[in-house]
Amino acid sequence: MTAALEATGLGRRYGKHWALKDCTLHLPAGRIAALVGPNGAGKSTLLHLAVGLLGPSSGTVSVFGATPGDPKVRGDVGFVAQDTPLYPDFSATELATLGTKLNRRFDRALMLERLNGLNVAVDRPVPALSGGQRAQVALALALAKRPRLLLLDEPVASLDPLARREFLQALMGGVADEGTTILLSSHLLGDLERVCDYLVLLQAGRVQVLGGVDELVAQHRLLTGPLWTRDAGSINGVAAVVRQSHTERQTTLLVRTDDSAPAPGWPDPQWTVSDVSLEDIILAYLADAGAGTLPGPRNLHRVGGSA
Amino acid sequence: MIEFHLDGHTKGATYLQLVQQVRQALRTGLLTPGDQLPKVREVSESLAINPNTVLKAYRQLEIEGLVEGRPGVGTFVRRTLAGPALANHAALRRDLEAWLRKARKAGLEREDVVALVETTMRATFQDDAAKGEIA
Repeated sequence: MTAALEATGLGRRYGKHWALKDCTLHLPAGRIAALVGPNGAGKSTLLHLAVGLLGPSSGTVSVFGATPGDPKVRGDVGFVAQDTPLYPDFSATELATLGTKLNRRFDRALMLERLNGLNVAVDRPVPALSGGQRAQVALALALAKRPRLLLLDEPVASLDPLARREFLQALMGGVADEGTTILLSSHLLGDLERVCDYLVLLQAGRVQVLGGVDELVAQHRLLTGPLWTRDAGSINGVAAVVRQSHTERQTTLLVRTDDSAPAPGWPDPQWTVSDVSLEDIILAYLADAGAGTLPGPRNLHRVGGSA
Repeated sequence: MIEFHLDGHTKGATYLQLVQQVRQALRTGLLTPGDQLPKVREVSESLAINPNTVLKAYRQLEIEGLVEGRPGVGTFVRRTLAGPALANHAALRRDLEAWLRKARKAGLEREDVVALVETTMRATFQDDAAKGEIA
């Protein structure tokens, strides 16, 4: 399958500071991917590079096999920037007109119908709308372009819980029939767990975790058992200990397993094994920048080569 | 048409929750052959979940032979899970109502009834199982 987004050794420098460094990733078409990482990890930089609003300082990035910003793919990529900025004096109707003039294919009727369905006053200037409604206008504008890849930079960060929910409903409903690929950055892990089936975790400008959510969840386990230290030797079937905590008598480990689906009874009776959620996995990797190796990139060449 | 919901407290795959809700509806007769399941877009929009999750649930039900997808039209129920016993539910319910009225007249409170039903049920099913009458 073609990659919607592919980066190899991608870097972007501001003066002496590398906002993104040696970033190699592969986002298969049709996935809804979470872009996660602490502030300053390079999330916005990566998104701006993918849209073509920034150029790389090193490495390469491509969308559907072409350079971002290339006229061949410009119409295929939609972008909703942080805090959903819009032309301040325009109403939604005027933005729709602008969209029609600036894009080769733009579904004006779809945009206005969508907003009417949400009871957004389409003739009022955008600043007069609530934060949730402004975000809906920005989303409707991006969806009306009928993009094959939609990039969203923390679109729900400043919204109240109800507006956030309505935004995600509109997003999921808006892409369901088209099979649109999404890369969505957010700190709200609970939301991401419902919405995303792929994870890109950035830390300090590098990709730390990459892969399908189902595969990641299947590969990680929480082990609880008697006090254990690395000196005691490795645990059978454990590829990496991502996070560990100890009391006087007990050890709790979040581990990545060798096997994609460990058998019942693994690893041995002294460990109690429980499943972990995507949120558990993200938090464990975020807590330790040096944790483990990358589950995804190890296979990246193979995946990329067979695509 | 059924409406799906998500239980936030259940730590389980979202798609399995959807599969289970369809199975439940087939067992109680809420869904019968020929009925249409909600469209993928409708489910992912109303629950704000990934459309691939809904597709995965529908594919699982299809593999189990419970539903079939008709391209461009939708997903429809193929067979029911309601056993022949479903037809007896109404009559049994009437008997139970009559018995409950009698129990109330005899002075049993709600919790007394539950306790009595549970102990009787345990004893009866155990006896039957011992005799090998219950499969």
